[in-house]
Amino acid sequence: MNDLSGTIEIATATHQGMVRSHNEDSIAADAATGLAVLADGMGGYNAGEVASGIAVAMISSELKKALSSAEELDIAKVERLVGEHAVRANNAIYQASQSQPQYAGMGTTLVTALWHDNKMVVGHIGDSRLYRFRNSKLEQVTKDHSLLQEQIDSGLITKEQARHSQNKNLVTRAVGIDPDVEAEVHSYDVQPGDIYLLCSDGLNDMVRDEDMQLTLSSLQANLPLAAEQLVQQANDNGGRDNVSVILVRVQKSFAARGGLVGKLKSWFR
Amino acid sequence: MIREVPLDKERIMIGRKASNDIQIENLAVSGEHACIVTILNDSFLEDLGSTNGTLVNGNPIKKHILQNSDVIEIGKYKLKYVADAPAAGQAASEDFEKTMILRPSAKPAAAPAAPPAAAAPAKPAAPVATAAAPAAAPAPAAAAKPATPPPTPKPVPPAAPAAKPGEGQPLAAVQILTGPSAGKELELTKNLTTLGKPGLQVAVITKRPQGYFITHVEGAKFPVVNGKTIDAQAQPLKDHDVVELAGVKMEFFFKK
Repeated sequence: MNDLSGTIEIATATHQGMVRSHNEDSIAADAATGLAVLADGMGGYNAGEVASGIAVAMISSELKKALSSAEELDIAKVERLVGEHAVRANNAIYQASQSQPQYAGMGTTLVTALWHDNKMVVGHIGDSRLYRFRNSKLEQVTKDHSLLQEQIDSGLITKEQARHSQNKNLVTRAVGIDPDVEAEVHSYDVQPGDIYLLCSDGLNDMVRDEDMQLTLSSLQANLPLAAEQLVQQANDNGGRDNVSVILVRVQKSFAARGGLVGKLKSWFR
Repeated sequence: MIREVPLDKERIMIGRKASNDIQIENLAVSGEHACIVTILNDSFLEDLGSTNGTLVNGNPIKKHILQNSDVIEIGKYKLKYVADAPAAGQAASEDFEKTMILRPSAKPAAAPAAPPAAAAPAKPAAPVATAAAPAAAPAPAAAAKPATPPPTPKPVPPAAPAAKPGEGQPLAAVQILTGPSAGKELELTKNLTTLGKPGLQVAVITKRPQGYFITHVEGAKFPVVNGKTIDAQAQPLKDHDVVELAGVKMEFFFKK
């Protein structure tokens, strides 16, 4: 049972951008459960909207159910749940893509984040990102599953060169495209005061990291305003893609009742 | 212009020896001076340890991702990199920035219905070309390796990193009129500048292509502009507007 009411604050913003006619990003967030999901759909004939919608709806409702019915929840189990649900979403989207010609080839990126027992579990597939803002510094947490990132990892190009690349937006992993897919899942320690940013590439392709950091440090007292300003800057810079943002602020410690810290705390009640 | 060379191979060698794809017979040019490696939509120019070096737009480089209109200098010879320009009427194409799946097996994912001119992979034509090279038939050889067939590369305009939205906006500043910091001036150089006292009352001035705006951030009281309390919406700022927040008056003005 994950009950984080009053512990985390969430603000979201999504926009189709200045060029596209549809918004194929989908987002969902639930502060009480401690869950955030973001998906950026791709595919012809606007099927991207269908793919990202399936991913987000399935994962948010099924993860909530799985968490509330789970007896003992440890981080390893949460990691497994995140991975399993990414696979289920993949199967659902892949099946749907085979069933209708207008859905053929549709897919989506995915970022799922869950906060539990003073940790955050993140599972991702594709080039939508999760960043951490801590002590006034913004740091990218997830590594893109993209051609550019592979080139950077292999030393073929530098990060600076990547900004000038024409090969942007070529992902090497996506949900719904293949019968098999694996999410990359990690867990991280969380500190009170941390702000997490989930976003589609419509944000980080249009707004530099330094400006994202400036926005969070200037507006952290007003999370909804911060989310809105990030989207506005993406659009002011051209808004060439759909842009979505989920901001999650951890207000205080959220040790699980069964966890060690939770046990110690209960002695002092 | 002497000649036009299409970058239709994974690797184009430039040098003095006859074995090069682009042979430049000049003593200032090394036997194998530089090469251009093309991976999908990117072309990298790399100096191969030449004696006299390779310049791009006047600057010596070791490895450089070529941008449209870059001028390469080898010896005394100049080569201009010309990327395919998008076909006219494609300027606002929905294909820009679309995420595409890149897979080693099978066919590329269903491509969005692209205008016919865009169907061909962008094939940058190198030296001093006149008009943009016409869209040629897709050449599988343009793919990096046989194992990686190209997904439909989208002809995009040279990607500039996101421009600062404030560029082109005249510089403005805020001058404190009252209180202990009276007389101090704060230039509004960044996209966002916060003012006030965190925990008490904070507002932010944003610098956007449309102009400067002030928005309430936190606090029970909202900023006052020219004597009127503003609401939760962003308020455009005009030259010489007087703002009051956290008990301090200040004047917004454009620097000339």
